Amino acid sequence: MTTTTFEPKIVGFLCNWCSYTGADLAGISRKKFAPNVRVVRVMCSGRVEPSFVMKAFESGADGVVILGCHPGDCHYAEGNYKTLRRYPLLKKTLAQLGVEDERVRLEWVSASEGDRFAAIVNEMTEQVRRLGPFHQNRGKNVKA
Amino acid sequence: MEERRIGVYVCHCGSNIADTVDCAQVAEYAKDLPNVVVSRDYKYMCSEPGQNLIKDDIKQNKLNRVVVASCSPRMHEPTFRRALQDAGLNQYFFEMANIREHCSWVHTDRAAATQKAKALVSAAVRRVYHHEPLEAREVPVNPNVLVMGGGVAGIQAAIEVADSGNLVYLVEKEPSIGGHMAMFDKTFPTLDCAACILTPKMTIAGQHPNIKLLSYSEVEDVSGYIGNFKVRIKKKARFIDEDKCTGCGRCQEICPTKVASEFEQGLGQRKAVYKPFPQAVPNKVVIDAVNCRHLKGRAQGKDICRICQKGIPNKSIAGCETGAINFDQKDEILEVDVGNIIVATGFQQFDPSVIYQYGYGHLPNVVTGLQFERISNASGPTNGEILLASGKKPEAVAILHCVGSRDANYHKYCSRVCCMYSLKYSHLLREKLPDADVYQLYIDMRCAGSGYEEFYERLQEEGVNFIRGRAGEITDTAESPEEKDKLIVLVEDTLVRRKRRLPVDMVILSCALKPRADTEKMARTFGLSRKADGFFLEKHPKLDPVATVTDGVFIVGCCQGPKDIPDTVAQASAAAARALALISKGKVEIEAATATIDEEHCAGCKVCIELCPFKAISYDETKKVSRVNEAVCKGCGVCVAACPSGAIKGKHFTDEQIMSEIEGVLV
Amino acid sequence: MKASYFPGCSSSEGGAKAYGSSSQAVSKVLDTELVELEDWNCCGSTPYSSFDELTSLALSARNLALAKKKGKDLVTPCSSCYVMLNRTNAYLKQYPKVKAQVDEALAAGGLRYNGTVRVRHLLDVFVNDIGYDAITAKVKKNLAGLKVAAYYGCQVVRPKFGFDHPENPQSLDKLIESLGGEAVSFPLKSRCCGGSLVISEENIALDLSRKLLDSARSNGAECIATVCPLCQTNLDVYQSRVNKKFNTDFKIPILFFTQLMGIAFGLGEKELGFKTNIVSAGKVLAKYA
Repeated sequence: MTTTTFEPKIVGFLCNWCSYTGADLAGISRKKFAPNVRVVRVMCSGRVEPSFVMKAFESGADGVVILGCHPGDCHYAEGNYKTLRRYPLLKKTLAQLGVEDERVRLEWVSASEGDRFAAIVNEMTEQVRRLGPFHQNRGKNVKA
Repeated sequence: MEERRIGVYVCHCGSNIADTVDCAQVAEYAKDLPNVVVSRDYKYMCSEPGQNLIKDDIKQNKLNRVVVASCSPRMHEPTFRRALQDAGLNQYFFEMANIREHCSWVHTDRAAATQKAKALVSAAVRRVYHHEPLEAREVPVNPNVLVMGGGVAGIQAAIEVADSGNLVYLVEKEPSIGGHMAMFDKTFPTLDCAACILTPKMTIAGQHPNIKLLSYSEVEDVSGYIGNFKVRIKKKARFIDEDKCTGCGRCQEICPTKVASEFEQGLGQRKAVYKPFPQAVPNKVVIDAVNCRHLKGRAQGKDICRICQKGIPNKSIAGCETGAINFDQKDEILEVDVGNIIVATGFQQFDPSVIYQYGYGHLPNVVTGLQFERISNASGPTNGEILLASGKKPEAVAILHCVGSRDANYHKYCSRVCCMYSLKYSHLLREKLPDADVYQLYIDMRCAGSGYEEFYERLQEEGVNFIRGRAGEITDTAESPEEKDKLIVLVEDTLVRRKRRLPVDMVILSCALKPRADTEKMARTFGLSRKADGFFLEKHPKLDPVATVTDGVFIVGCCQGPKDIPDTVAQASAAAARALALISKGKVEIEAATATIDEEHCAGCKVCIELCPFKAISYDETKKVSRVNEAVCKGCGVCVAACPSGAIKGKHFTDEQIMSEIEGVLV
Repeated sequence: MKASYFPGCSSSEGGAKAYGSSSQAVSKVLDTELVELEDWNCCGSTPYSSFDELTSLALSARNLALAKKKGKDLVTPCSSCYVMLNRTNAYLKQYPKVKAQVDEALAAGGLRYNGTVRVRHLLDVFVNDIGYDAITAKVKKNLAGLKVAAYYGCQVVRPKFGFDHPENPQSLDKLIESLGGEAVSFPLKSRCCGGSLVISEENIALDLSRKLLDSARSNGAECIATVCPLCQTNLDVYQSRVNKKFNTDFKIPILFFTQLMGIAFGLGEKELGFKTNIVSAGKVLAKYA
């Protein structure tokens, strides 16, 4: 019997001005990375609500990344600070719902950081792959 | 609800997408998605026939939603939106799936890439279902233009805009416009005198009826959006009444305080009241509050000096005759309204003292490029004679290329102009010191420009020694009698494969052009991004080099990247043309995707008001609800995410639209 | 404070015995206990690592694994050990395949190493952890009037971004000043002495040493302070050969920096071992004895 490697499905919420452009740059530079992250574009990382993250897990995602501009560089001045503030609370809530800490990640990627985007995708994919599919493990191995 | 009829178009983009993603399969897959009535794949969707496919389908198949799976929406969303508009459909009934930059270009496994493309298409199809018709808002464009920076780039842009009859605010930080070019001696490859070609333009800029020159001023804050910027400028106190100052320079002559001159790159001195250089525009003096004895004394409650104002009566030396000196002058704040902003803040020279082994700062007669410009300049500290610190003439000079450039330790990029200005220095040296040995130590000779290669050939014939090798060290430790009291350059001559020790008297370091120290602050003020090398980010490096992601703000000249004078002037004219195009249209379309509050559901909690970075939300005391001013709203969505009642809707990024996109992307 | 001490072969029983004993003595005065790492082995060393890199990395990693058990920084007075141990840390991080092989070798000896031991040079510890003020406080015999060339050698300041500047380091200069001495200008302060080439390419090494001695002397130095056993050997032991080859007459004492500190702290021959210096320091240090 052949063993198939688990291919995680990860949703990436990318802000239009920095991280989406950074991801485009990775594409223009023909960087090669794992195909597991599927991008949903928002104008600002500050648009990302906790319910989006939960919807993603409910709909079959094994992991979620939220990418925004580096603090200080937000196209809308402060949007990413709001994201930063929401994040710890989101993580706590998710833990209580049985989502392991490593399944959700917040990172800053600027428009010129194509390499960084590729690296984050690869790292996140491996991280989630190690955790296994979300549905199977839901509720187990979680410290609230 | 109106029946949704969705058309899906999967682009091959030649082989860019088709080589990795099975486009036909994706189109086939899309056929079975809910509400899809037409699904095609085609070689180049952005081409005219491609766009016609869409327009024809809209008419014939009565499509009311369109999805194109191709490149990044940052590339062609406007293109396809226009196609929809041409066919009579609201342009917001469109969604793109990025299967090129985010898929075919970055994955190698055909099956995985095709599967991902299907997921992205499915997401777009589900999202577009919920799209609503929106009208792009039109706002008027203020015809005034702000040009930030008075070097050759800013001067050129300002003159071009002013000549068309529009008002330009030209803001310059230094007391005079002219920038770095005003410091140069001759310019390559024609050996024009820099001041001779620049000063006429400076004069025009200073006198033009449509240019309001704000020298010794800085931009403090910018708010607003394209067509409607509000700029707050601080006009620093010169302590001189500009209307009364005639530029006669008497105060400068009699001032007792001498300090190192910034314009002379530290090689010469100026007074505390000074004109940075004789051809300064405006032709007025300025008092340097840091070094002026009287102003320093004021801070301690003393009233001393004032020689510039009072003269030295007991020696019959008169002070300022027009009473222009005003020690009580304060900084002034101006607020101006402009429609476009052109950022032309230029570059900074790399400080080579961090490369300790080149001796700058601790060995004598090691100078930077700008310092040599001043040495060679007839109005410089040595009256144009090439002299060492001791006053003697050098017998041998070495010019080191790539100091701080092409260097993993400092700046990886090539500064583009150094090979050419190094050749220029060699020429000036050979001309003024015909018996001196001149060495140029280079890695590569980069002479791409009109007349540049020919200039290089000319210098080879003028007897300059070209050594291909990057200098390792400048030392004064002599190892033989002829090295005594010399600066010795250690270099590996890679063409003859030998290490060489060159005893010289003067070393010129051709330093990198780097982004200015205040670039980060400027970027925040104007809403600009920066590239990895620190220079401002243009909208597209090839197709849109002067525009930025912030509509209405342009970047020109060296603040965008190192370049020579011809390219700088070309960019300045380009940005001026872009600004004028907008001004002549008179109005501009801005993003329709703003936030809007459903007053029925609003609880009046005011959470959104605190969060808005642009203060676009206000509170209605009578109705006890919050309201978004859509003219100011920029559509970031922060309030939408925060509203506890879900009363705020982010147009074109609604919860419904994004949730269905999430569902779709996970098939 | 306490630290794990890695003397290296030279400073324990080899030609730099005086370095080892003076380091221990001086550290005691400064209330720092250097606890010798139990069962340490050769650091892998510069010559060995050019001969069989993998084995030398494993040897070096063994020391790090032992140090890990003690849970403290590993401090060494020898520049070569310093570079070797740091290089091992860097390689294990950068090359997973090499790490796998080294892990295997360590496991055979019942050891494991996860790469978290910080390796410090004694000079770094004195200057940055203990500080100049604390050192000055222990000075009993101020070295005023003594002109010293602070010689770092090439290894302790490289690769770049270590604890001091590669071209113009100042830490040892300041240390000498904190003892009351004068650190003369010494442009070749971080240049190579020839190192182990003194064995295989003696002429090259002697030439490099001559340049150093010449530069120190012409800048007015009465003695040279070093931080590396091999530098000390080349400049001291081979000084007579330099004189023979180049017809020079150098008579410059080459001291370990800890010997200098020891003099200032009032310690004696037993701890400082001046008898082992070939070029006698007697005359130069007479007034501070």
